[in-house]
Amino acid sequence: MAAITMGQLTKVYPGGVRALNEIDLTVEDGEFFALLGPSGCGKTTLLRTIAGLEESSGGSIRIGENDVTSTPPGRRDVAMVFQDYALFPHMTVTDNIAYPLKIKKVAGRERTVKAAETAAELGLSDYLERRPGQLSGGQQQRVALARAMACHPKVFLFDEPLSNLDARMRLEARTFLKRLQRELGVTTVFVTHDQAEALALADRIAVMEGGKIRQLGTPSEVFRRPANTFVASFIGSTPMNLLDGVVRAQGVEVGDQLLPVPVGLGDHLVEGEKVVYGIRPEYLGHAPAAVPGSLGGEVRVVENLGSAQLVTLEGSAGFVQLVVNEDTPVAIGDHGYAVPRQDRVLLYRDGDLITGGADPSGLSADAPSLAKGPA
Amino acid sequence: MTRPTEPHATPAPPHDERGPREQSGEPATAAGPSRSDGPQHARRDSPEREAAKQQARKAVAGIGFYTFISLLLAFFALPLLWLATAPFDSSPGLSVSVPDFTLQNFQVMWDNPYALRSIGNSIILAGGTGLLVVVFAALASYALSRVRLPGRDMLLYVLLLLSSIVTGTAAMVPLFNLATELKLIDSQLGVILILTGGLLPSAIFILKDFMDGTPQSYEESARVFGASPLQIVRHIVVPIVRPGLATIAVWSVAQVWGNFLIPFLLLRSPEKSPAAVVMYTFYTEGGQANLALISTFSLLYSVPVILMFLFVSSRYGFRFHGGIKR
Repeated sequence: MAAITMGQLTKVYPGGVRALNEIDLTVEDGEFFALLGPSGCGKTTLLRTIAGLEESSGGSIRIGENDVTSTPPGRRDVAMVFQDYALFPHMTVTDNIAYPLKIKKVAGRERTVKAAETAAELGLSDYLERRPGQLSGGQQQRVALARAMACHPKVFLFDEPLSNLDARMRLEARTFLKRLQRELGVTTVFVTHDQAEALALADRIAVMEGGKIRQLGTPSEVFRRPANTFVASFIGSTPMNLLDGVVRAQGVEVGDQLLPVPVGLGDHLVEGEKVVYGIRPEYLGHAPAAVPGSLGGEVRVVENLGSAQLVTLEGSAGFVQLVVNEDTPVAIGDHGYAVPRQDRVLLYRDGDLITGGADPSGLSADAPSLAKGPA
Repeated sequence: MTRPTEPHATPAPPHDERGPREQSGEPATAAGPSRSDGPQHARRDSPEREAAKQQARKAVAGIGFYTFISLLLAFFALPLLWLATAPFDSSPGLSVSVPDFTLQNFQVMWDNPYALRSIGNSIILAGGTGLLVVVFAALASYALSRVRLPGRDMLLYVLLLLSSIVTGTAAMVPLFNLATELKLIDSQLGVILILTGGLLPSAIFILKDFMDGTPQSYEESARVFGASPLQIVRHIVVPIVRPGLATIAVWSVAQVWGNFLIPFLLLRSPEKSPAAVVMYTFYTEGGQANLALISTFSLLYSVPVILMFLFVSSRYGFRFHGGIKR
């Protein structure tokens, strides 16, 4: 069990691509930590640098008490699960799971016993003699996990652990992974480009872009108060509405509407400055008739999300998306009004969140259902 | 084609006529009861006649095709047939005939001082070369597949091009000089080294494809578990590319087995010569080719290679292992 501490970690590839730019990050002992970002943001490089598969160009990495910056991967006491699982196709499940023990020179009999034990924990006892090619994707993933567990490492590293599974398996595997990590209590870092996966699994998330961490926080922090417009547009299954606005004496002017300023921000705004008004579709209520402080528009698209509908309005502020209850009657061509939930409105100046002195969001309060608007 | 399903909808006579015509394939006009009826019938039946014609054409084409294939096969099978019969013939000729059965030829071959020993020499040369080619080609192709060298592909192509020259006739004189300087004339080691040099580029070229097809994540995974580079090669890479190694081994052994020129030029003593060279010396006292000895020896000569093919294909299989999706 160990924390991972990175200081000023930099990776420059030959050719000058700066994949990691002075990353300072501490992953706490026992934490389930997500590296999230679009492809090319450096998240996989960071994971591989922690594993030792990439050599850092500058900075340091510590795992627990040890500085491992220049330690070869085999001596860092980490285990990695690859995106394609990297199970050896010519070995049986038992041999695959026992391989790390073989490298550590554990005797043959003991290896088989330990492999069987680990396999049993993950429900693989019936497949011990099979080869990876004869297993389903979910089973292969569990074999890869068992192989990583077999050597009792200080740290687990998962590279896109769920992306090779089909949609249904993915949900199952997500729950399974989270439970397994809780039980083992091993520090785990995983890489994903799927924000829903990161929100669901992680204790904390680092959102990365261009080799830098753009925001670090718990899933609810990152979801409710994205620190910048990049994170705001990246997190959330339906992207946040980011509307151009101008600060006026009585509020923020978005399109031809004047919307109230979020509580506690009044003192931090200058009249006439340009801001971005951010509100998630889930935090917009629907009104069929004009309400003061609402964004009106014509219904252009209605997307059925199952228990809810995603409605796109086109009005003076441009396109606004809101999530409405499945029972709300909306039809294309109707006029609709989106009413922002005041405590969820965010204002961005030059791409960064404008924060009042105190944190008004009340993050410690229990999370309300996100799927429904406050209608 | 739905004709017989509605007997009352169509009149009986045409119904009756159609039956036999369909079977015999007769023209409709001959069976028609009257001139006026004929063309109508013909028109109605023409798809069937077309089908019958087409079937006939297909059958003729099929017969022609198989006759051609049989002739072609016979042409290539004749020498093999000769190889099967001539060794057991008391007076073998150059034509295939039912043998006057005898095992005397094998006795003659057994008594020949060079025949059996030359098979042993062939095994030494082919085995030695095969071993060297497999080991060096595996290491070189692995390195070339994993290390990014500027001009790597160019290097491979140039090597491949040159290899055909190295073992070819064109380089024989310099090679002979080189062997003389290195005191490798009349040495089996010299032959093995030169043949290895000639075969390596192609072997590396073929094996590199196998190496490229092995996902790097396998090796990285083993590295994270602490495996050393040599362990990775032994535990992961070699087992995965084993079919490729088997292919290379069989190919290089077969190449050496059939090579005449290089051992002929570099080996002086007949007791070191391989089978392909020794066969060249089988003459009767009259200066004629000793067909009895040659045919018997040819049979013996082909047996080890055939055995090797069977063994390797049953043991390793010339195929890629399951589990890798390409």
